[in-house]
Amino acid sequence: MSRIVIIGNGIAGVTAARFIRKAGDEPITIISAESEHFFSRTALMYIYMGHMTYEHTKPYEDWFWSKNGISLVRGWVNRIDHTTKTLFLDGGRPIEYDKLIIAVGSQPNRFGWPGENLDNVQGLYSLQDLQTMQEATSGIDHATVVGGGLIGIEMAEMLHSRGIPTLFLVRENSYMDYLLPAEESQMINNEIRRHHIDLRLGTELKEIIGSDGSVSSVRTSDGDEVQTGFVGLTAGVSPAIDFLDNSGIETNRGVLINEYFETNVEDVYAVGDCAEFRDPEIGHKKIEQLWYTGRRQGKRLGLNIVGKKTPYDKGIFFNSAKFFTIEYQTYGHIAASADEATGSVLWSDTDSRRLLRINYSRADNTVVGFNAFGVRLRHEQCEAWLHGRAQVEDVVREISRALFDPEFTRKIPGGLQSSSPVST
Amino acid sequence: MLTNPLDSNPSFQLTASYGQFSKVETVGLAGIGVGFLALAVALFGAGTIAPIPLFAIFITGVAGGSLLFFKRYSARPAGIQNDNIFFSPNLWRGAVAWILGVILTGFYVLLYWFPGTMEHAIRIFDPLSWTLRDRPADQWLMYGTFYTLAVLIMGVRAIIKYRHIPYQIVRSVSVTFFQLVLAFIIPAILIRLNEPELYFSYFWPLDFDAIWPSKVSDLSSSGSIGTFFLFWAAALSFVATPILTYFFGKRWYCSWVCGCGGLAETAGDPYRHLSDKSLKAWKIERWMIHSVLVAIVVLTGLLWTNSVTEGAILGDFSSAFARTYGFAIGAVFSGVIGVGFYPLMGARVWCRFGCPMAAVLGIIQKYFSRFRITTNGGQCISCGNCSTYCEMGIDVRWYAQRGQNIVRASCVGCGICSAVCPRGVLKLENGPTDDRYNGPILIDRDSIGVLD
Repeated sequence: MSRIVIIGNGIAGVTAARFIRKAGDEPITIISAESEHFFSRTALMYIYMGHMTYEHTKPYEDWFWSKNGISLVRGWVNRIDHTTKTLFLDGGRPIEYDKLIIAVGSQPNRFGWPGENLDNVQGLYSLQDLQTMQEATSGIDHATVVGGGLIGIEMAEMLHSRGIPTLFLVRENSYMDYLLPAEESQMINNEIRRHHIDLRLGTELKEIIGSDGSVSSVRTSDGDEVQTGFVGLTAGVSPAIDFLDNSGIETNRGVLINEYFETNVEDVYAVGDCAEFRDPEIGHKKIEQLWYTGRRQGKRLGLNIVGKKTPYDKGIFFNSAKFFTIEYQTYGHIAASADEATGSVLWSDTDSRRLLRINYSRADNTVVGFNAFGVRLRHEQCEAWLHGRAQVEDVVREISRALFDPEFTRKIPGGLQSSSPVST
Repeated sequence: MLTNPLDSNPSFQLTASYGQFSKVETVGLAGIGVGFLALAVALFGAGTIAPIPLFAIFITGVAGGSLLFFKRYSARPAGIQNDNIFFSPNLWRGAVAWILGVILTGFYVLLYWFPGTMEHAIRIFDPLSWTLRDRPADQWLMYGTFYTLAVLIMGVRAIIKYRHIPYQIVRSVSVTFFQLVLAFIIPAILIRLNEPELYFSYFWPLDFDAIWPSKVSDLSSSGSIGTFFLFWAAALSFVATPILTYFFGKRWYCSWVCGCGGLAETAGDPYRHLSDKSLKAWKIERWMIHSVLVAIVVLTGLLWTNSVTEGAILGDFSSAFARTYGFAIGAVFSGVIGVGFYPLMGARVWCRFGCPMAAVLGIIQKYFSRFRITTNGGQCISCGNCSTYCEMGIDVRWYAQRGQNIVRASCVGCGICSAVCPRGVLKLENGPTDDRYNGPILIDRDSIGVLD
């Protein structure tokens, strides 16, 4: 029986634990400094907005862990000694392991902005971040969010729910234009402004100005100085692996792993968004930072540990998000800017804020990706089309097979005929 | 230069407010207050003296005030509007919820057992009662008016709040229509015509005495409408129910037609997140609801055997048995607890733990129906919105995060889990029965290998 210890109780570590438990009854211990129980990180915003309480964000009831023989330890790991296979905790007793999984996740990026260490300036990743944000934003008159990614727009929505006027600084010339084609990006710009967020595109943070140690205003790259009681720094996240310095476990930005999640040290694995693939396939990311990739990696690692050893297969990409009221799903690959080898079929209805894009390879007319805004698509169907390299005209003709909107929702017309301009 | 962001962007005004109400909303709340004040004035004696003005103030204040208050939803972009629910003293078991719970529960106690105490308030419903029924008001006419008014006003709220989802609009119109027409206007007109007071949208075993010997003999001797009702009730209970539930699941009734469901989906919508989602609650639910079903089936059988054998089994006790069920289930469970506890336990306590009709529909839904909630592959992020807002206390997320379809006896098909899901994971569907349970448990093909 090997003792399995997992540092981090996020989706990657917990999924690995569940798959190990399914296959056998090795002792499993999960250590977390953040929370006693696993909760859904993607739901943090809903706690702040009053849609749910923290209790509602736990995917399993509290009895689940002991019933499944998974020990939970609350604590911060200071140091790993892999020669004696021992973890040293801040305050707690040392913990010995036979196999160790590092699944510690990320921390918000800071880029050395002047004033970034003032009070009421923070990122949003952890439960503790949420708690400080609750305190920092109560009673303030204005807030600022810096960084045009998913967490940035979520933070803007959170502040909006409390009626706090929010300045949203986005470096790019259109929201998330590094990932979204122009039509999609423009739709989200409009959506942000429709909610009275002061969206400033092509604008960077120059300086955070404080008084008495706390933020009082920000200076933007176009020279404005704007009052603010809070600054949310949401310019990405990076692996939270400082505690591994001098541990002998090799790191770069993340903990370096091969396609089996193995680090350079025997019996030590890393998984989820703290892990960095040494040698990813061409076109794939070294660090995957999504909920879905954390779950997928956790499953593969769990199976590997119980003996079904197979290299990690990223499969057909998918992701989703919600931008204020607009739901977004994507399957396969959609590039932000068109290239000559790729064609695009676009259906959109700007009044109802719905859009569907199907990209295909011009060489053989096979579909390569879907972008859906305000339209729900059937994962299984899109995946089958992408996997089976379906012809774009077949997909367009039979698009109703993929629609997943609630009953009575106005259907996207077969053949994607619309009054809006259609480009092919 | 230091600028205030409010000056820098002319469109930059707030629509959301935290714990605050706009002017229009405040006026609306005041209007509702005036309406209920009129009712209180009536109750303390003035109802007998000035019924028409007090009735007019009551209706105008409550309905008009509510419509103004609903600006809260219409003034904001269409979409899920659940902001700040868990900070509200009304919506998260705070002081306001307890006060409302006591008032509602107390109202039901007075209504069932001490209607005389509300005599003066009942009088303001006389003009309405004469108009509809050609006779003076009683406590049931007052109650029916309150009930229908609540469904109508809060039905409008539901339509505004969920206006971006056609399914919710259609369903809300349906449920308010059935309450207004089949459960309020038609019974009143039947009384006016000296026919029996019949409710065509309630069936045995929810309408527990609908096929009891006493009712059957009353109705069959009361003329053609009574006889028609007997056929109607029997056809709906034993023919239409299984067929409709096979095709559409329980929702054809529980969230589209039924009056209890109608009140829950409209007036109870703000409290839907209060249901208990624990595994323990699910166990209690199954024991309780099936016990009530057994009780009503046994009781109905006993009553008929007794009737056929001319009193050989129960003798004179038959009416006592019937009265006990009527008291415990009909009055205490479905009324006092079922609605009185809305602000504390959510709106579906009766439907989930007590209703024998729901038990029958649930068994059919679970084993012989085309209805299911489909889970969309691997898109679930386990956020918990679906489970939180399930009024029936189903832990929807438990299924969704495994990529498994949701097939549960208690699901009433309200569609709110699908509405609140931020990632488009859930869809209510009718389809072939053979793949219902397994559905697309994606996914251990070579491609999407994310789930169990």
